[in-house]
Amino acid sequence: MSTLAQPKRAPETPSPKPKKVQKEVGQDRAATSQGRWAFWLISPALVLLAVVIVYPVVNAIIMAFQKDQGLDPVTKVFVQGGPAGFDNFVHWLAQQCGSAACAPGTLGAQFWSAVGTTFFFTVVTVVLETVLGFWMAVIMARTFRGRSALRAAVLVPWAIPTAVTAKLWFFIFAFDGIANKLFGTAILWTGSEWPARWAIIISDVWKTTPFMALLILAGLQIIPAEVYEAAKVDGASAWQRFTQITLPLVKPALMVAVLFRVLDALRMYDLPAIMTQGSNGTTTLSILVVDQIRQGFNSAAALSTITFLIIFLVAFIFVRFLGANAVASATPKTTKGQEK
Amino acid sequence: MTAVSFDTAPKTAARRRERWASGRTYLSAAIIFIWCLIPFYWMIVTAFRDVGYTFDSTPFFTHVTWDNFTTVFSENLGNHFGRNLLNSLFVAGVTTVVALLFGVFAAYALSRLEFRFKFLVLGFVLGASMFPGVALVTPLFQLFTNIGWYGTYQALIIPNISFVLPLTVYTLTSFFREMPWELEESARIDGCTQGQAFRKVIMPLAAPAVFTTAILAFIASWNEFLIASQLSNDQTKTVTVAIAYFAGAQAHQEPYTAVMAAGTVVTIPLVILVLVFQRKIVAGLTAGAVK
Repeated sequence: MSTLAQPKRAPETPSPKPKKVQKEVGQDRAATSQGRWAFWLISPALVLLAVVIVYPVVNAIIMAFQKDQGLDPVTKVFVQGGPAGFDNFVHWLAQQCGSAACAPGTLGAQFWSAVGTTFFFTVVTVVLETVLGFWMAVIMARTFRGRSALRAAVLVPWAIPTAVTAKLWFFIFAFDGIANKLFGTAILWTGSEWPARWAIIISDVWKTTPFMALLILAGLQIIPAEVYEAAKVDGASAWQRFTQITLPLVKPALMVAVLFRVLDALRMYDLPAIMTQGSNGTTTLSILVVDQIRQGFNSAAALSTITFLIIFLVAFIFVRFLGANAVASATPKTTKGQEK
Repeated sequence: MTAVSFDTAPKTAARRRERWASGRTYLSAAIIFIWCLIPFYWMIVTAFRDVGYTFDSTPFFTHVTWDNFTTVFSENLGNHFGRNLLNSLFVAGVTTVVALLFGVFAAYALSRLEFRFKFLVLGFVLGASMFPGVALVTPLFQLFTNIGWYGTYQALIIPNISFVLPLTVYTLTSFFREMPWELEESARIDGCTQGQAFRKVIMPLAAPAVFTTAILAFIASWNEFLIASQLSNDQTKTVTVAIAYFAGAQAHQEPYTAVMAAGTVVTIPLVILVLVFQRKIVAGLTAGAVK
């Protein structure tokens, strides 16, 4: 077969003498040509990303330092716009409208409560999803009949659009709905503060725990069974095996899953926006930004920049101090080796 | 994995314990199975239930009717659900195609070629996929209003690319790294031309990866709500937005059964897709997270 290829390739290969010289230079040239190839293959995607992300973000930052046109709420004088310095940021962070504190009920007075709500949702949902997801993953890792059916069932909540999930749980938590009937309660779930929060948390846990479970399951499956066997022979209890073997070995995958979920939860919008429209203490930062858009672009831009910085900061803390290195696990084995 | 036999314990006790363990496994599995599917089942039951029995709590199909589906597609009630479906299909379809076109090349380079700043590029891509949608909506809202793009399809597709493209690059990179690329070399040695090697060896190998990534990209885009709710108008409204602000037959009355019917229409294709390609989707979701 190789003889077939010979005549075709023959004209391309240069005569033996220059070939030797080329080999020494060729090593270098191969590296640079790979680099050049990589550049041409990657730059379209990067340019596109820059257009759809970097450009709007830079735009938002510029907007954040401009005054919103409109009547000043305090002096009732028309404000023409123009540079605002840090006024928009002060407006949110100090909840200052003009020279006075923002009136209760206005968007400006809700910044810190929105931050609190967002972090509350994030912590509670991610903790619940991690614990439940771990349990689901351990069950799915076992061998039993119907395992693939279980894995398919787990994907159903994940595949349902969040907007549909919100409507579905809104119906389940309706006053005459099945949740109240099932538990014999008469709670206005989406109509008062804590029930509304728990309704959102339960919906979120239902929808996203499967994703968490699958990521943890993938981490569990790379632990060799022999390690457990050896530990068992050495007399380790089930609990010891879990804390001494499973947890440390699954930790890298777990941390990446938690990082993904935390960053996702911090931008939570769909569920509260549809289930409660942000009422009853369920206004997250994302909802506040969207509400502000129609009241003033530049102020909204400042708020979205603050939101972005908060999320960035949390991601940084995760990667830097908790070792959730998603990039390292995405790069080829060589990098992984260096890490160890 | 953990339910391996207890060799060291006495035979009968071991067997009893083993049976107890497998019983617990099945019980847990059943709980998970029910927890994941019951709300979905309830949506379908309600979708087929007569409006008058909206809050009937009988756990199986009763008062079955197609009326809710008629309501969903009823133009007279101001629902343009057919149009919404086409809008979603178009936006998600174009987003997926564009993301794949750009993503395949980038992923090939990231997985196969050695170059400087690879770590940086991957970090940027990953960071982009974590990017909060609200940070884009504000500037884009103003920009699109200024240039008259508010309520156009491109106003929905462009922001969608911002999170679907990173997802595509990331997933494809992990898939491509696992592929046996040596086969390309072997094919060349066995006499294939470069074109043939690509067509007959690489394409069939890469196709499942690309296909799986396409499903994930499509689902991500299809499920998008925040951007579509702000940047679409009546003409370009997608299904997720339509469902969130659904109009029923009676004003000021939440049309639960119709909304559940609409949810069923939107969800069933996804669920079928997921059930058929379960193995591939799981591989795609978890690619890169552990390897």
